[in-house]
Order: sequence, then C-alpha cells, then structure tokens
Amino acid sequence: MIRLDELTKIFDTPSGQVVASDRVDMEVPEGEICVLLGPSGCGKTTTMKMVNRLIEPTSGKIFIGDTDVTKQNPIELRRTIGYVIQQIGLFPNKTIEDNICAVPDLLGWDRKKSRARAAELLEMVALDPGTFLKRYPKELSGGQQQRVGVIRALAADPPVMLMDEPFGAIDPINREVIQDEFLRMQGDFKKTIMFVSHDIDEAVKMANRIAIFDAGKLIQYDAPDDLLAHPKNSFIADFVGGDRTLKRLRLITVGDAMMSDPPTVRAEDTLADAAAKMEEHGHISIVMVGPKGRARGIVYLSDARGAKGRVGENHKKLPASINAREDLRTAVSMMFTHDETSLAVVDDDGFYKGYVTQRGITHLLGATYRDA
Amino acid sequence: MARNPHTAALDDLEADNVADGPPVGTLKAGVNRMAGATRTLAALAEGKAATAWRWVLLALVFAAGAWAWASGLLPSMYDLREDIVYLLDQHVRLVLISGGLAILVGIPLGVWLSRPSMRRYAEYLIQVLNIGTTIPTLAILALSMSILGIGTLPAIFGLFVATLLPIVRNAYAGCQSVPPHLIESATGMGMTPMQILMRVEIPNALFVIFAGVRTALAINVGTVPLAFLIGGGGLGELIFQGIALNDFAMMLAGAIPTALLAILVDFLLAQSQFWLIPRGVNPLR
Ligand SMILES: Nc1ncnc2c1ncn2[C@@H]1O[C@H](COP(=O)(O)OP(=O)(O)OP(=O)(O)O)[C@@H](O)[C@H]1O
Ligand SMILES: [Mg+2]
Repeated sequence: MIRLDELTKIFDTPSGQVVASDRVDMEVPEGEICVLLGPSGCGKTTTMKMVNRLIEPTSGKIFIGDTDVTKQNPIELRRTIGYVIQQIGLFPNKTIEDNICAVPDLLGWDRKKSRARAAELLEMVALDPGTFLKRYPKELSGGQQQRVGVIRALAADPPVMLMDEPFGAIDPINREVIQDEFLRMQGDFKKTIMFVSHDIDEAVKMANRIAIFDAGKLIQYDAPDDLLAHPKNSFIADFVGGDRTLKRLRLITVGDAMMSDPPTVRAEDTLADAAAKMEEHGHISIVMVGPKGRARGIVYLSDARGAKGRVGENHKKLPASINAREDLRTAVSMMFTHDETSLAVVDDDGFYKGYVTQRGITHLLGATYRDA
Repeated sequence: MARNPHTAALDDLEADNVADGPPVGTLKAGVNRMAGATRTLAALAEGKAATAWRWVLLALVFAAGAWAWASGLLPSMYDLREDIVYLLDQHVRLVLISGGLAILVGIPLGVWLSRPSMRRYAEYLIQVLNIGTTIPTLAILALSMSILGIGTLPAIFGLFVATLLPIVRNAYAGCQSVPPHLIESATGMGMTPMQILMRVEIPNALFVIFAGVRTALAINVGTVPLAFLIGGGGLGELIFQGIALNDFAMMLAGAIPTALLAILVDFLLAQSQFWLIPRGVNPLR
C-alpha cells in the first residue's frame, strides 16, 4: 500500500514558485495499479518521485505499508522499490544479465540465485535467455530494451513499483503487446504500482484506479469505469474525451453483459417448434446447438415461421460468435462488421453460453447514468 | 626550432595522434560519436585511415633506413649505440614518469571537477585548461625551467603539465557526457553516489577518458625530445647536437628511436583501448 498524505512540493525557480504537487491525498491499495494521469506539467512525475525520494517533499507524508518513507534511509528505501523510466536507463557498460541483476547485486544476493532469476524473468517477457543474457543494451531493439527495463525493476522482487511513462517511447502496436505482457505478469506478482501516463487509453487499460491531476492538484481518483461514467467536472470530461462512453466498452467483458440461459433448438427439432420458441421469447433468431451444447448454426424467425421440416436441414451458418472473455468493444466491432444486432457468446470450448445484443449493451452503459 | 625533415615527421605523427582521440575542440563530436551506430562506422573508417598512415610512415622510415645504410650513415649510427641505449633509457623514463603522474593526477582531477558540488567552478577551470592547451609545449618547458631551473625535475614537471591538460579535460567531459537518465535510474535503484561513480559514470566515460590519455601521451612522446633543451636529457640530446654539429648520423640516431617509440606507444594504447573497454561502451567494437 502507498499512501500520500497532504503531499506538497514547491519548486523555487528564478521566475517564482512552482507548486508541482498541491496537498495530494491518495492511497494505492496493495496489489493494485494506480495510473497518474493529466496534462503535461501537472505534477505526475514530481508526485511519483517523492515516493522514492528522488524529490524531497516540501511538506506532507508518504507511507508505504506502515512506514513513513520520509524517515527512512533513502538508499535502502530505493532498493525496495522498482523504478522504471521512459528513457529506460539500461547501463550500456553492463550486459543484459548484469543490468537485470543490478539491484540484487546491490542487496548482496547470491550470484547464482540472481543470475537464475535474470534468466527466468527474460523468459517471462519472451526473450530467450541463451541469446540475450550476454548481450549489451545497444544490441537490443527499443522494445526489447523496454522489456528488460521492466524486468530489471522486478528483479529483486520489490513490493512496490514506480513507473514513469514506461511504454511511452514504443510504437503503438508494440506498446499493446508489452502492456498485455505486463498485465499478465502483474496478475502473478500483484505489485503495488504507481504508473505515470499521459495516455487515457493506456490508463483505462492498465489501471485499477486512475488519478487525474491538474496544476499539481489531484482532481479525481476513481476506478476507470467510474471515472469515464462520472467525470467530476468539465476538466475531467474534456480530458477523458467525448468518446468516454465508448472507452468504457473496453472495461466490460462480454461475459458480464450477456444474457445467459438462452433458448436453443436442436437439429431434430421441427421448424414449427423453433418458431414457437422464438415467439415465446420475442427473438428473431435462435441458435442451434449440438448434442453437448456447442453452437452449431442459427435459424431466423422469418425462415421458420409457417415452414415445414427440421432445424437440422434448414439452419444457416452462425454469422459470428464471440468469446465471453472478450471486451464489449470487440463485441460491438463484430456486430458492425457482420451487420448483426446480437452475437452468440461461447466459452473457450465453443459451448453456447448466451448472447449479447446492441440494446443490451446500450442499456448496460446507460444504467449508470440513469442511477446517478 | 629548425624544421628538418625528421622533427617535421614527428610533428606529423603528433598531429595524426591528436586527431585520433577526441581532440581539443571537437570533444563533443567524439562523445556524440559514441551514440550512433553510423557514427561508429565513421569512427572505424577513421581508425582505418590512421592505421594506413602508420604504414606509410613505417615504409618511409624503412626507406630512410635503406638509404642510410647505403650512404654509410648506419655504420656511424651504430658507433653511437651506447649513447643511444643510455639516452633511450632516460627518454623512456621521462615518458613513463611524467605520463604516469599525469594519468594518476589527471583522471581523478577531471572526475572530481565533474561532481555536482564542483559545477560552479568546473566550467571556469576547464576554460583555463583550454587556454593552457593552446600554449606550445616548448613554451611550457621554458616556463617550467624559469621556475624550477635546469635538470630532470623541471623537464618532468613541464612534460607533466603539458600531458595533464588533455587528460583532465577528457575525464571531465567524459563524465559530463554520461546521460542524466542513467544517473537517475542508478539513483532510483538505490546506488550510493560512490557506486554510481564507479559502476555507471566511469565505465561509461571510459572511452572518452582513454581517448584523452592517448592524445596526452602522443603530446608527451612528441615533446620529450625537447626536454634536452632544459637539461632533461633523453634522445633529444642526439637530435639537437646532430643538428648543431651538422652530423646527420647523430641526428638520425636520436630521431629514429624517437619516432619508433611514438609509434609503439600509440600502438599499445590503441590496442588497450580496443580490448580493455567493454564492448557495450566501445564504439570501436
Ligand atoms: N527541478 C525542478 N525545478 C523547478 N521546477 C520543476 C522541477 N521539476 C519540475 N518542475 C515543474 O513542476 C511542474 C510539474 O512537473 P512534472 O515533471 O511533475 O510534470 P509531469 O506531470 O510529469 O509532466 P509531463 O507529462 O510533461 O512529464 C512543472 O511545471 C515543472 O516545470
Ligand atoms: Mg513526467
């Protein structure tokens, strides 16, 4: 847990005082990622650097767990905090192995143990230890260096990490990949992370909570969905963007939005039965499932009404189905692609679990506004 | 000083060496060179050119030797062998003592100037040093003599001062050139200032520091023959007396070993620069 208590930093500059952090109060719960967000110069970096005392606060307190870090020896403190910066800062004179082991070496870890850990961490970010351990930073691509920068910060297994725009210098496609990789590792490691970003999409993706700053002040500190649904004022609304409701689509999984226990038909059922079932539920189509419950095809009401024969001979191919773990953004995109207003939802093994509809999604997104 | 062909060759050699390391004014360029791969290639090409020059020089020396043999110069030089050995010994001592002291003092001094606590004074001091390097080495020797009199001590002191300047300047510039984000990331992971200096700053400045040493020793080796003029001894004795007596053999007996020594010193330094500096911060490999 990281807790900031009335944290303030005032820089004295030749042109007067600059209040970089203005009585910031916030808490990052154990094992969560908090993204600090805001326009350039709003004090994100300053606020973060006070946590590992690269910048000394003017006033206020910082707690990690129960310890007041302003009373701790800064050198020892920093060795317990992983630190990643946008420029990465790998040491060009050291091999990748020695770079990753920098903090373990400072802590006097057994060499064998730290070197084994370096290889293990490299594998976690899909870099082959045999190839990369003995290389120098200049022999790596930018994305590879960035990955090494992140695992170097993780090497001594610090409970807390500070990351200042760690993926800011990477191209958008690679950035997505590294973000996913990092989220997967975070799923295992459960570090308490303060993460500076200027990219709202990155924040929505990475954060358990987002803190938005303006001119040194913490304006709003909320879970991404709350922030997008209920921006506190016009500054936040402008900052998160006019398409903020669309951004929320990313945060909700298909599984959360789907109607479960859907009506189904089997191949041996008659079309008349199928039409009756659809009319009973008020649907315009119904999914045909196999003997074990896998989605196999679809029957439309327009085709089934008044027709003779069995579903097995008269169904159509399922235009699209979506995994329950995907987010709603993908679902909506898929609906637009296939010109459908509903999608069959399946699990990893292809079993039919339910369906999502455009109406259902708009209703769900709208619910939070109606409650407010 | 008489510009006879042999001292002129020495001057050329010196100029060549100076261009080889990041020189006085273009140190920044040398530093930048460390960054880009294309620039590394440029540096390599430059290194090749320097090597080519060395071969040309060697060939010239060889041709001169052949000619000397034919004209009977070599036998008369051979008669001077005892003087040559004695003076060469003195000569090498002058190089080792003055150069060694300059390295021992210059590097720590340069590194110390680069500390944040010295920031306010460092730039002024470096300006003074820059002016210092424009003073011809012969003038430095003369000044040294005017303070310390005649003999080995003023010679060593003068050589030391002339050698010191490029070393200090490069050590300072090398440390300054270490990117601030490296220091930030080292600080952020919990290194002490001393650890940052030893594990991050010096290793990353090493190439530039080494280039300074190379430049400095080239100046040193090129200046040592002048030490004779203030009573410091060395092979300059043969050269200058040869000139004075119009004794071509004697002059060459001093000039040839001096030239060979210069080539040898630069060769050794180039090799150690290549092999001692880790691959990650060595633009030559
Ligand atoms: N060392 C310093 N001395 C004086 N002013 C400073 C110093 N560091 C930061 N500031 C000022 O404090 C304010 C906040 O800076 P900070 O670096 O925290 O911004 P930021 O939110 O990280 O911005 P960015 O997104 O551009 O990185 C800025 O106005 C900046 O000019
Ligand atoms: Mg910043």
